[in-house]
Amino acid sequence: MKPGDRVKLTTSEGTFEGTLLPRPALLSSDITVLKLKTGYNIGIESKKIEKRTVLQEYQTPVPVRAKIVHDPALPTVAILSTGGTIASRVDYRTGGVYADYSAEDFVMMCPELSKIANIKAVKVMSMMSEDAVAADWQKMAEAILESLKTADGVVITHGTDTMHFTSSVLSFLLENLTKPVIITGAQRSIDRGSSDAFMNLMCSIKAAASWDGACVTICMHGTISDDYCTLLRGTKARKMHTSRRDAFRAINDEPLARVYANGRIEITNQEYPKRHEGKTSLRELDNRVGIITTYPDIEPAIFEEHAKRAKGLIIVATGLGNLPLHNKKTVKQALQKISKKIPLFICSQTLYGRVNPSVYANLRELSIEIGATYLSDMLPETAYAKLMVALTCKNTKEFMKTNIAGEFTTRELDDAFLR
Amino acid sequence: MATSKITCGLEIHQQVDTKKLFCECPSLVQENRPEYTVTRNLRAVVGETGEIDIAAAQQAMKGKHYLYECNDENACLIDLDEEPPRNMREEALTVAIQVGKLFNAQFVDEVQVMRKTVVDGSNTTGFQRTSLVAMNGTIESKHGPITIPTVILEEDSGRIIKDENERTMFRLDRLGIPLLEISTGPDIHSPDECAEVAEKIGRILRSCNVKRGLGTIRQDVNVSIEGGTRVEIKGAQDLALLPKLVELEALRQENLLEIKKELEKRGVKSIMTQIQDLSSTLSRSQSNVISGALNNKGAVLGIRVQNCKGLIGKEVQPKRRLGTELSDRAKTAASVKGLFHSDELPNYGITDGEIAAITKKLECAPQDAFILVADTKEKSELALRAAIQRLNDAIKGVPKEVRRANEDGTTTFLRMMPGAARLYPETDVLPIRLTKKRIDAIALPELLDHKITRYEKLGLGKDLAELAANSEHASLFETFVKKFNKLKTAYIAEILLTTEKNIRRQFNIAITPNAEDFETLLTALSEEKISKESVLDILKEKKPVKEILGKYALLSDRELELEVKKIVDANKGMPINGRIGKAMQQLRGKASGQKIVELIKKNS
Repeated sequence: MKPGDRVKLTTSEGTFEGTLLPRPALLSSDITVLKLKTGYNIGIESKKIEKRTVLQEYQTPVPVRAKIVHDPALPTVAILSTGGTIASRVDYRTGGVYADYSAEDFVMMCPELSKIANIKAVKVMSMMSEDAVAADWQKMAEAILESLKTADGVVITHGTDTMHFTSSVLSFLLENLTKPVIITGAQRSIDRGSSDAFMNLMCSIKAAASWDGACVTICMHGTISDDYCTLLRGTKARKMHTSRRDAFRAINDEPLARVYANGRIEITNQEYPKRHEGKTSLRELDNRVGIITTYPDIEPAIFEEHAKRAKGLIIVATGLGNLPLHNKKTVKQALQKISKKIPLFICSQTLYGRVNPSVYANLRELSIEIGATYLSDMLPETAYAKLMVALTCKNTKEFMKTNIAGEFTTRELDDAFLR
Repeated sequence: MATSKITCGLEIHQQVDTKKLFCECPSLVQENRPEYTVTRNLRAVVGETGEIDIAAAQQAMKGKHYLYECNDENACLIDLDEEPPRNMREEALTVAIQVGKLFNAQFVDEVQVMRKTVVDGSNTTGFQRTSLVAMNGTIESKHGPITIPTVILEEDSGRIIKDENERTMFRLDRLGIPLLEISTGPDIHSPDECAEVAEKIGRILRSCNVKRGLGTIRQDVNVSIEGGTRVEIKGAQDLALLPKLVELEALRQENLLEIKKELEKRGVKSIMTQIQDLSSTLSRSQSNVISGALNNKGAVLGIRVQNCKGLIGKEVQPKRRLGTELSDRAKTAASVKGLFHSDELPNYGITDGEIAAITKKLECAPQDAFILVADTKEKSELALRAAIQRLNDAIKGVPKEVRRANEDGTTTFLRMMPGAARLYPETDVLPIRLTKKRIDAIALPELLDHKITRYEKLGLGKDLAELAANSEHASLFETFVKKFNKLKTAYIAEILLTTEKNIRRQFNIAITPNAEDFETLLTALSEEKISKESVLDILKEKKPVKEILGKYALLSDRELELEVKKIVDANKGMPINGRIGKAMQQLRGKASGQKIVELIKKNS
């Protein structure tokens, strides 16, 4: 008797017919789950079951695959799928969602996609985004480079948790990008009618096919309504809510454009690199980077421990870039020691606004005496991504201070705050 | 009058009186102006078995969008599908368990919350969370035992505000309120028995902690006749409508079976027909619908229906023909306004000459019928396909449908009957173990009938006892009866149950006093600090009672005597009755009438 079989179970209380379902491993194992003819699942205490009969054995269903027809009049977009909620469906084994759908499945689910562009589907990997490692980013960048040879733009479907890490890493890995790379995902799994995946996909493919920009962006819901998505610069975007559809926000930056489900693209920020006929190449990655969020009373040993493995450290400091240098702990001494071996970079926990190396004495000690580099209004996750690439460059500090992919802005305007 | 053997089953939906089932919002249905709105689209998605469900797909064909009206007071991100649900509310499950016990049902060992696919927009998620709590219960009717196969606890859907062609508006106040669904087996065999069983189930439910009042209980009924099909009728809010719904559905099925027989006789095995463009044939038509569509760059499309003359116009329910059913399907599938069929023409501005031209163009033989739809070309085509589908169903007899109750007892097509593929697990909520210990620990509520008898013994008349027992204030009533033993039981009941209505009728003022207001009022009455005459005046101020009670306080004997003396002095020339009248008017509610009269006499 195995999950999927149609069975008859006899207990002291009666007989139950239905489909046997697997029991998620994390739940107590003394319950047998049965899907009744009505569609309802019920749990029966296994020890009560006196007799089990298999009525019909489970047959693995054959999935139907969509055929994709080429339309020469349309642009070509490559969808690279990497996993995540956008590619998730219910897994009866764990009771959670699992990544499974390939890019063709998206087209079958959302036939409108094939009216926007010719879709080329590539399954790059199948991971939940929180499990991403540096090698995955390298692999994605290689797949993008390959796809750009024939496509007018690339869409990457991705889990949302670390999407802004990926958008940052790719922004730095892809040198001299010639076409748009649009990263999208879903906050509601695609098995439900209300999923945000459909509009996110349609808008992303529209942007990849016809937006005139050439940079890595995130394209997700702009509001909690299904009215438009926003294109966010890959180095200036962040997941700011655990569950809302419009969780992704531009920080210290304006969204680049609004993309409507009907295909209209409304430019909201003119500052972005345009498509061009150049040649894109790849930079490299070194994952020996540490990121430390500081707090009052932090143990100096935390910095020392990180420094053992890391070749560079991002310190996410408070306010304008402060660290507790003068309490009874010896943070200052620890940092002085570390900074002789590896570079230190400072971002702020406030996320909004920029750090400043000279406003207070404390900040001057950190920047001048200890030699930490202040990263202006760069987001901590962006700094982390950039440092991985910077470590493979000749002059790490110089690379970190140079504006590579819009990660620094020079002027902050009033309406970039909390939007 | 239908004559066939009828088989019915009921589905009773009753709101439970707790907070919402999967969030912390109060279950508060209100008519306030919405504070904000959210717009969404829904799509048909692949279900658990890998197929798109027919009911789901049918709705999705409409290409609609949905507008949700929200108020912070009763809707949160969970209602908006912007946050995962919390675990199921324990108090609501407790009520479901009490109900299961009252029906002698058998409990599942573990409650599993499911997602039931719903794409009419009434749930922001695209599904309704629902769970089977108990099975195989029974109740007795006059005609024998009625089985209760399932006791289900689920979330209520959003409240529909407006249904337009391409947009439906819902209010989220009702979404997520715990809802008990009690279904009976197909054990009911007459329209009257149907009402009796529904009434009986309702009384059992009202013994528990459930909501009362309009819209808090809704009945669906499944009807079939011999040779017919199970058809589900939704949305009967009024118990009195049930027998008529059953009667008219039986009649409908009889007539559809007649049509089936006639089609067999005429040798119609399937409706195979080509959709043709009649726009040029009807380019000069005076019909508003047709000229409207053509002026709007639309088209008139038509089909020949072989051997069906006279059948499309056949009445299946009072004033509803087979043609009406074709039209219902077309409206649902393509959001068109309707269709024309040859059995109802000439009419609606379509002339005999045009009929002849259509007949010629479609190559109709004398025994053939035709159908027209005028709208955009795309919608007209979708509409005609839906009509053809319904015609093919007619060859088989009665289609499996979910229908909506109309006020006159007839019904309108809502959607195709959904299959089991509609349900898949809600993986965001943990299953709940129902051990024997847990079930045994839940006490049964007092049955409504028992409560009424007990209230009568407390001194209430039959009507007042029934009113009190059915009221949301029942437990307050019992508390007050114990607390205020100086006041008559019936007086307490009247204050709780009838003052609201009296004030609405006499002064056209809607009041909503809370438990504290009632308690303050009764305390003051019991301690003789205010007079009974002041009660309506106090409540109709619509302010917290404790804030305004002072104004209505009875005067002490000394104060009263001083007041009376003032009145007597001010009205020296007046006869005694006049003085009494003046005093009554000025001191109304501040002393008993009897005392005032005595004091006037004494001081005159």
